[in-house]
Amino acid sequence: MRWLTPSLMVLLLLTATASTLAGTVWLSPHQAFASAFSGRADLAGLIVTEIRLPRVVLAIAIGASLGLSGAVLQGLLRNPLAEPGLLGISSGASLGAVVAIYFGFVAALPLAAPVFALVGAFVAAGIVLLLARTGGTLALILAGVAISGVSTALVMLALNLAPNPYAAYEIMTWLMGSLSDRSWDHLALALPFIVPGLALLLSTGRALDTLALGDVQAESLGVPVARTRLLALVGTALSVGTATATAGAIGFVGLMAPHVVRPLVGYQPGRALVPAMLAGALLVTLADIATRTVVLAGAPLNIGVFTSLIGTPFFLWLVMHVRSRTA
Amino acid sequence: MSVLKLDRVTVLRRGRKVLDGNSATFQAHRVTAVIGPNGAGKSTMLNAAAGLLQPDAGRVTLDGADISRLHRRELARRRAYLPQRADVDWPITVERVVALGLAPQLPAFGPLPQRFLPAIEGALASCDVGHLRERPANALSGGELARVMLARAFVSAPELLIVDEPTAGLDPRHAIDAMRRLRARAREGCTVIVAIHDLDLALNHADDLVAIRDGAIMAAGPIESAATPALLSALYGVPVRLVRDSDGTTVRFLSAAEAP
Repeated sequence: MRWLTPSLMVLLLLTATASTLAGTVWLSPHQAFASAFSGRADLAGLIVTEIRLPRVVLAIAIGASLGLSGAVLQGLLRNPLAEPGLLGISSGASLGAVVAIYFGFVAALPLAAPVFALVGAFVAAGIVLLLARTGGTLALILAGVAISGVSTALVMLALNLAPNPYAAYEIMTWLMGSLSDRSWDHLALALPFIVPGLALLLSTGRALDTLALGDVQAESLGVPVARTRLLALVGTALSVGTATATAGAIGFVGLMAPHVVRPLVGYQPGRALVPAMLAGALLVTLADIATRTVVLAGAPLNIGVFTSLIGTPFFLWLVMHVRSRTA
Repeated sequence: MSVLKLDRVTVLRRGRKVLDGNSATFQAHRVTAVIGPNGAGKSTMLNAAAGLLQPDAGRVTLDGADISRLHRRELARRRAYLPQRADVDWPITVERVVALGLAPQLPAFGPLPQRFLPAIEGALASCDVGHLRERPANALSGGELARVMLARAFVSAPELLIVDEPTAGLDPRHAIDAMRRLRARAREGCTVIVAIHDLDLALNHADDLVAIRDGAIMAAGPIESAATPALLSALYGVPVRLVRDSDGTTVRFLSAAEAP
């Protein structure tokens, strides 16, 4: 499908533009462009350049990370249910952020949560790598599930022992995922990790195509399977770890995005990568618009809640659809 | 002409010798059948021969060059390997699965270059799967999938073709077809190594024989001279009679009472 990638790009561009206009204060395209490029510090200009633009760019970067990593992991593990959270990296990031909130580092330093979350993600990835060093794909999944379990238990423990209701509330909000109040500072922290992470993940494309034949045949066709596994893990740690560190856990995008595009690229794992990355970015940007415009019972929805709410039924439908096509 | 040699190859698994100092030569233009009882080390020998398994002692050479020194992509271009029960995980079309056999030749990014299309057409035709090209490869029958996988192995025109149990689970016609196709490849100059359980197929369609039991080679050589009732009896621990007639050779396993 030659038109797939270009049309996803156009859709993403349109959605991103819409995202800079929508919200509590609605702007017209003319207003937004005039204020953004005039350099005047009026209200519309501030909203666009200081609030909405960083948020849009972050949404795209995070969605791209989730979608691409999901596509790589599904191809690598040859499992349509694989997703970035499987390797324990997201829960490691969550634990890091919870530690920062629980021990009050956030009060002293506003960026403490993302920085601690980054450390958590990398530590989790390192432990998974050590545990799965000699084993194959199964060892990688088991190590990821184990790390994920331990991190989630510790997060629960922190909630259990929270010093005051406010800390518990802050932890809960962080766990639900949010893009609100994210600034250029967050972007400056995230992009230097996300961009190389995406590059590493994209480099596995050809190997993933061959891995559709299984580890042994891939190896016989000259694919360094162990190195591909390492690239996927490090790429996921860099991109998804950072994404989770800056915006909390955003579920289902990593699972959904690859499945949406897979039938359109003939199910070839390598060819699904770029479209899945764009689809992920599109999904998160759309979800972010929705969280700003859909208000339930007076409170805005958190983006993680929204993606899970929309994602689950969609995914069920997809599973039925895919089964009827392939069985 | 590619000659593959195993030179005193030993493979250990958890301290146990799976292959014990085996030496064997596999000639070009010929199909060599590797036979032996379950767990004899056939698959291990094929893995070592394919360069997928580094022997703990000894070496494997392809035209005199140590196979472990070859660059992995160069080796992948020159030899094709099909494991037992090879299958595909996604509903990828047959045509694209066959094209995956060209992976070592392809550039790192971008679509399939046009110059490879004739090779893919040839492989599809030689395995009689051209009419399946648009079908998803995970929805084929066992016989169809086996042919697609052979086409996948043929497409890169390898000098060395190593196939583990290509006839397992196939009905007689498909099994004979598979052996004929491998033989045709050998006649074109390829070195073909096949691990096989079906002795009738092995004796009638292969040129050479390597018999292995408990990790040790018991006999090797042309089928006509190497495949004796005495060898086969010792190999499988069951008395064997060979029945030769104008249609070929049949192996008959005798229960102990009937033994001559």
